[in-house]
This record gives sequence, structure tokens and C-alpha cells, in this order.
Amino acid sequence: MTMFALETVSYRLLSGRQTVAYPDGPAPALPERHGGALRVDGSKCSDGCAACVSVCPTEAITVGANDAVALDVGRCIFCAACVEICPTGAITQTNDHRLASRRREDLILGSPGAEEVRLAGELDERLRRLFGRSLRLREVSAGGCNACEADTSVLGTIGWDIGRFGIQFVASPRHADGLLITGPVSQNMRGALEKTYAAVPQPKIVIAVGACAIAGGPFVGHPEVCDGAAAVVPVDLFIPGCPPHPLTILDGLLRLLGRLPEEPRRAADRSR
Amino acid sequence: MPEWSGEELVDVTAGKLARGGRLCAWFGVPEGSRTRLVAVVAVDADKTLAAARSEPLLHSYPSLTLRSPQAHLFEREVWEQHGLVPDGHPWLKPVRFNHGPAEAREFFRVEGGEIHEVAVGPVHAGVIEPGHFRFQCHGEEVLHLEIALGYQHRGVERALLGGPHRATRHQIETAAGDTSIAHATAYAMLIEALAGTEAPLRAQWIRAIALELERLANHAGDLGALASDVAFLPTAAACGKVRGDFLNLTALMCGNRFGRGLVRPGGCHYDLEPARTARMSEALRAALAELDRASVWLWSASSVRARFEGTGPLSSAQATEMGLVGPAARASSLPRDVRFDHPAGWHRFAPVAVSVWPDGDVFARARVRWLESRRSGELLTHQLVAPPAGGVRAETDRPAADALAIALVEGWRGEVCHVALTDAEGSFRRYKIIDPSFHNWIGLALALRGQAISDFPLCNKSFNLSYCGFDL
Repeated sequence: MTMFALETVSYRLLSGRQTVAYPDGPAPALPERHGGALRVDGSKCSDGCAACVSVCPTEAITVGANDAVALDVGRCIFCAACVEICPTGAITQTNDHRLASRRREDLILGSPGAEEVRLAGELDERLRRLFGRSLRLREVSAGGCNACEADTSVLGTIGWDIGRFGIQFVASPRHADGLLITGPVSQNMRGALEKTYAAVPQPKIVIAVGACAIAGGPFVGHPEVCDGAAAVVPVDLFIPGCPPHPLTILDGLLRLLGRLPEEPRRAADRSR
Repeated sequence: MPEWSGEELVDVTAGKLARGGRLCAWFGVPEGSRTRLVAVVAVDADKTLAAARSEPLLHSYPSLTLRSPQAHLFEREVWEQHGLVPDGHPWLKPVRFNHGPAEAREFFRVEGGEIHEVAVGPVHAGVIEPGHFRFQCHGEEVLHLEIALGYQHRGVERALLGGPHRATRHQIETAAGDTSIAHATAYAMLIEALAGTEAPLRAQWIRAIALELERLANHAGDLGALASDVAFLPTAAACGKVRGDFLNLTALMCGNRFGRGLVRPGGCHYDLEPARTARMSEALRAALAELDRASVWLWSASSVRARFEGTGPLSSAQATEMGLVGPAARASSLPRDVRFDHPAGWHRFAPVAVSVWPDGDVFARARVRWLESRRSGELLTHQLVAPPAGGVRAETDRPAADALAIALVEGWRGEVCHVALTDAEGSFRRYKIIDPSFHNWIGLALALRGQAISDFPLCNKSFNLSYCGFDL
């Protein structure tokens, strides 16, 4: 008994702080093969080329009139098939972890001025005052594959410690300020999600995490799913990825709460 | 392959199971208005697999469950998917509610003046997947637990029909997203078998490394979660972090913490170059040391032992009868492990000892995870310094026409079984996925009998089964 008690205490003292310095310090780099956010420069597309359209597993890319390419990063599962096949470098990986957006249309990339995700701004003043330093979320997995769930719950471990921002996942919708939804919302979970949403007191916010919760992910178009949370409840924040890296989820939450310092689009030390 | 009548197929399957076989798969294949049954039985002691089929059947056949209870859920599934009635099945009800509302459920009820019923879920208190648990209790004591799933149903198997499609690989990887490597490997093995090719040895080596990393990450996470459930915070905190360290090693291989995109039919998408291997070895050593330290705390705390020991016991007879797989079966002293019994890929050259523990309780299930973690760690340590030469990708042809292929992979929860049948064009006319959770949920229900309902979270965590892998 005493053995492990002494050991655990001394170990903790010797290991020191194990929580990431971000956001006060620099953000940790994404894994080098991750690729991060996509950038789509439609002006680089060659005439009549639709190579990316035919390889995309979730039909996230469309080519409209005048060969205008549009990549819906909310629908994207980041398999990079389009990046690999694009002959002109119109679709590239930026290694940027930031992807969260407030509006669904801000995730459509390709047209001039919309090459990258239009990142989320903070909540309006009233909600930011309410939730900015204390946000309690009820997580609802509605057809999620347990990857978005895992990389959400990892934020509670000592490596990320979202408790330091006043963010906490709670056991009841009655204790919550909002929902964090993962999964495409299966038909069999639709009712439970509606009831959970209704049980959260006003005012409330909804965060959709991952390709499934935004647009259905690999299951988009299946009659067994609703193609995302927005079909059932109003969504205030979309965090793309399959699953989004924990850093991407954290960035989205802090962005919403206005807890991030102003920063350039890509820090010089992380551009590759 | 001969076409048996329904009775003959049940007979021959029951005979095989009675002689020590294990039911890996039992499913229907539509043949016009009729349904053909397919059975896959593993005889672990002989290291063999047996497959059989029936003629196309109409209406009903005599239930296999009456002779071998491990068929209970398979037969319910066949009934739900194809309407084929297993005559005499003791508890015939839907599995996933493909059709109709999820609320339309009749639960087993214990009658009596002091009996009360507790309903939990589908939405749970933690950041976890949904499922419904219905307890029949006398005071604190659970007399019976019925587990109702299906909430996560996304139509995976239906979508695979006519494939492989562009989305197929991604749907397989997310069938159970914490088991992406095992499911993707089973899929790749099937496609390779149907195309008559084999992935390059170096790719098989990479797959084995990724598979053991997946096991380590999840076992470490489970040890931490079990510690957390008995309020033993030192191990909970350390394991929560070390789980992430293992996930980051997978991300070092392919960019994604869950191994998405790494394993593909024909090989692997990324090589594991010497410089990367060296970085992995170093990070692995540190993570394994942390896991070791955190586990020693866990095992030396009497308060932990008091909560783990004797809680949620499952006898080896129960585990055998219900056909349990993976760590849950091994914790009830059943030495079954696909890596040992039916080795494929790189595990043919890098054998792993089977980790068992006799008692079948929460302690045993935690202990088996720890034993396995150590052995996975040793395997990785040895394998990372001994890569085979060569490329990592081979061309694969279109799958053969009118063929059947079976793949078994020992995922971290146990046996992942995929079975594919192709049509005249080589497209999937049936693709069956059996996640280990499909076998094991009943184990949790049985382990809860006679337990205090307050021990449910701990028992549940000790199985840690997949909802989406079951619901598909």
C-alpha cells in the first residue's frame, strides 16, 4: 500500500507538467503524414479535368459550370485520394490543424477567396459571457464509430486537460449548456437525440464533430442515417475530420468560446 | 460444396460444434425469394476452418440454438434480415431493428412483488456509444440483464453489396472505428484471396505492427478506464496518456491515430522506413515503460483487488457455451486466439503466446489485457528491428467470380471475421462482418447475474464491447 502511494506521488512530482502548453504556447505539430486542412485553388484546375471527382469516396467534390471545382470539407474524410490524383496541385494539404467553422457553407472550398475553410468566430457576446469560462457539454454518439468519441474524450486526459478552460462533459442533458454530437445520426438514434436536445435548458449550443456528424461521412446517403446532426437539430459549430485530431477539436471549442489569441493563418514553424 | 437441407446443415454444424468447434459465422444469402444459409465453424485445436451451406430455404428450418446456444444471436439476425424462422428458437426477436422503431421492444421480465426494473440508455453518462440495458433487480441484486442494441445501425453490410465500391474500404474501416486495422486487414485479406494474390511480406509486417499497436492502445485505455471506475486515479491518469502515445505511434506510421488508410487490398499505403522505425522504437520503449509502471500500481493496490476480484464472474463453461472470443474468453481460461490458432499474415512468422487467466472476473479480464499488452510490446520490440525487405504494394486483380472467401483476424476485442461471396461478375453478392462484440455482449449479460447493479459500469468496462461493430 505505502509502496505505490509513495511511488505514484514521487512519479508525479518528477514527471512535472504533462499537459500540452497550447494555447499559451505553440500548438503541437500534427503527425507528418496527417496533412491537416485542405486548400483548394480552383483557378489551377485544368480544363475538363474531374479526376478528383471520380476518386472521392464520399462524393465531396463537384465540378460545376465553367469547371468550377467545389470541395465540401464537411463531407470529406481526408483520405487524400484527391490530393494524390490532382495533376495540377489544385488540391493540397496545408498541415494546419484548424478546420472548425460556424456555417456549413464556410466548409466549401475552391472558389476565389474561398480556397480554405473560413474559420469559426466566437459566440455572440451574450452567449460568450455565459459559456466563455464554463461550458458543460452532453456528448451524444448517434451512429459514431468510436473514433470521434475517443478523440473527444481524450481531451479530458492529462495531456490536454480541457477542464482548465472550464469545459466539461456531463452525465445529463439537464446539467448541460449544449450537445456535442458524433456520428451520422442513425435513424435508430434520431428520437433519442431529439429528446436529449429538448432536455438541455435554453440557451444551448450544438457542436457537430467529424465528417459523419456534419454530412454522414462514409455512410452519406444511406437510408439508415440522417446524413448528419443538422438534419435533426440546429448546429452552431462544425469540426471536420475522420476523426478530427484532438487538437482540431480543441481549437474549435476554444475558437467558439473566444479563448484563442489572434494568430496568423499558418505559423511559420509548422509550414512544410 | 454440397447443398444440405436445412435439417442436415443444422445437424452437421451442431455435430462440429459439439466436437469442440466454434461458430464463427451463420448467415443468410438471398436466392430469389428463398434464403441460403452459410455456416463457418472454426476447430481451433486442429487449426482448421469448416464451411457449409444449405439449399435455398423457404419459411423455416429447425433452430441450431436448441443444440448449440452460441448460435442464438446469429439465428435472430438471419430471421431479422431474411424472415427465415429458426423453429424452436427460445428468444426470437430483432437484433438491430433494421425495420420499425427501436422502441418496439419486449423485454424479458422477472415477476414478483419486490422485483423492480431499471432501464438505462440509449444515451449514456459518458462519452460513449449508445445502447439500452434493461435490468431485472431484487434490491441491489441483478437477476437478469437484457441488452438491446441496434441504435448505431448505419446499413454497412447492405452498402457493401455489389462492391467493392469507392467507399467500401472506408465503410469497413469505420464498421468499428477503434478496430480499423483489424477490420481493414480482414477486408484486404479477403480481396487478396479472391484475386489470388498475397500482399508483399513487408506489407504483412507493417499490418502486424499496426494491429499490435491497436491492441496496445486499447488495452492501455481499458486498464486506465477500469482504474478510473474504482477511483484509482494514478493508473487512470497515466493510462489515459499512454493510450494516446500508442495512438500517436499509429499516426506516425500513416498520419491517422486510428490507422485509417494504412491497410489496403494488395498491401499497405505507406512504408515504414528505417528512420521512422527508429523513432517508433524509441517512443514505444517509453510508452511501454509508462504502461508497466502504471500497471504495477494497479496490481499492488489492495483497494483495486477488492473491487476487481470476484466481480462479474463468467465461468469457462458459460464462455464455451456462448462462443465467446478474445480477452473475455481468455479471462475465463479459454486459450483461443486467432493469432495462435489460425495464424495469417506476419503472425505466421511471429507467433504470440496466448494469454489466459482462470477466474473469469473483472480482475481476470484486466489481467489478460495486461499480459497481452506485455506480449504485444515484446513482439513489436523484436519485429521493429527485423523488417523484411521489399515493397509494400502489389497489384490486385478483380475478385474472382462465384467464389467464397473467409478471413479471421485477432482484433483487440477478439476474432474479427469477414466472409465474402461474389457473383458472376466478381462483385459482392454478400459481405458478412462479424465483430467480436457480436459474440461477446451475451457474456456481459451473464456476468451481471447475481451482481450488484452498482457494479455494472465496472463489469461493462471490463468487457468494453463495440456498439457500432455489433450494429453495423
